Amino acid sequence: MSLNVLGSLASAEGGGFETPTTAEFYQPLLFDGPLAITRPAVVLMLSVGLIAWFLIATTRRAAIVPSKGQWVTEGAYGFIRNGVARDIIGSKDFLRFVPLLFTMFVLILVNNLFGVIPPVQFPTMSRIGIPIALTLVVYVVYHYIGIKRVGLGAYFKHLVPDGLPGWIVPLIFVLEVITFFITRPLTLALRLFGNMFAGHLLLLLFITGGEYMIIHGGIGLKIAGAGSFAMAFVLTIFEILIEFLQAYIFTLLAATYIAGSLSDEH
Amino acid sequence: MTGNIAILGYGLSAIGPGVGIGLIFAAYINGVARQPEARGMLQSIAILGFALAEALAIFGLVLAFVFK
Repeated sequence: MSLNVLGSLASAEGGGFETPTTAEFYQPLLFDGPLAITRPAVVLMLSVGLIAWFLIATTRRAAIVPSKGQWVTEGAYGFIRNGVARDIIGSKDFLRFVPLLFTMFVLILVNNLFGVIPPVQFPTMSRIGIPIALTLVVYVVYHYIGIKRVGLGAYFKHLVPDGLPGWIVPLIFVLEVITFFITRPLTLALRLFGNMFAGHLLLLLFITGGEYMIIHGGIGLKIAGAGSFAMAFVLTIFEILIEFLQAYIFTLLAATYIAGSLSDEH
Repeated sequence: MTGNIAILGYGLSAIGPGVGIGLIFAAYINGVARQPEARGMLQSIAILGFALAEALAIFGLVLAFVFK
């Protein structure tokens, strides 16, 4: 809000500061309309190529004494395999979900980090369609393994825990159906999208605001502009933390949902 | 001053998760202080709770942009 006030003050002198809007996130590079090749699409393809190159290059000549790259890859893989998959899903059948979880983690992490890495600087996940696609994979997987394990009827029966008084069962059933089929995928996609979107908008606001105040403002506004740049620097560090955290949380929640479908009681 | 009142809705929706996330991490810090070797186990539980509480604030943020 204070930036709005500053902007309106400055606009009295001409020009005026335009706060970044949601329109900043739609950037078609080639064509237009639904088939446009947009900036996030290019970033996503770039990230896939980069991940494939890095993973192949660091594991093709795997050695007992690892190189630096191999150490990074093994660290990330070990973290997902032991820290997420085995701890959450359990040691019995976690191994077949490790590829899915590792792919999700690396893809989201690299795409999130692209939000602050200079030549790219666009978090792919701030376009809602891409988190939705990732969530759809998780959604299909955890329902599929749940239904395959016990059958369709029993799957719905298992939604309600045993030993509840009869009158409360329909109520709990409705609540659990809403949780399983609506709330879970919705929050999974929106959490990733919302964090990346809000973070990028915040950085845009502080950097463009700082730039405007330094170039167009008086001496007081120039000092405030320097403060705005300092704030943008601090927020960039914070943003890197959030980017790691969101990749981890997405993987953790996917593992939790899969574990819920595999266990006997929900 | 002009603006979008939906942003106020986001402010309101951020109060609850803010308090909730504070409570979750307070409990996590307490737990680790009492029993440092339980850190690994508590960490994933704390982050899970954090993610679930945060969802409400994210709903608020998205709806602030949806209902223009």
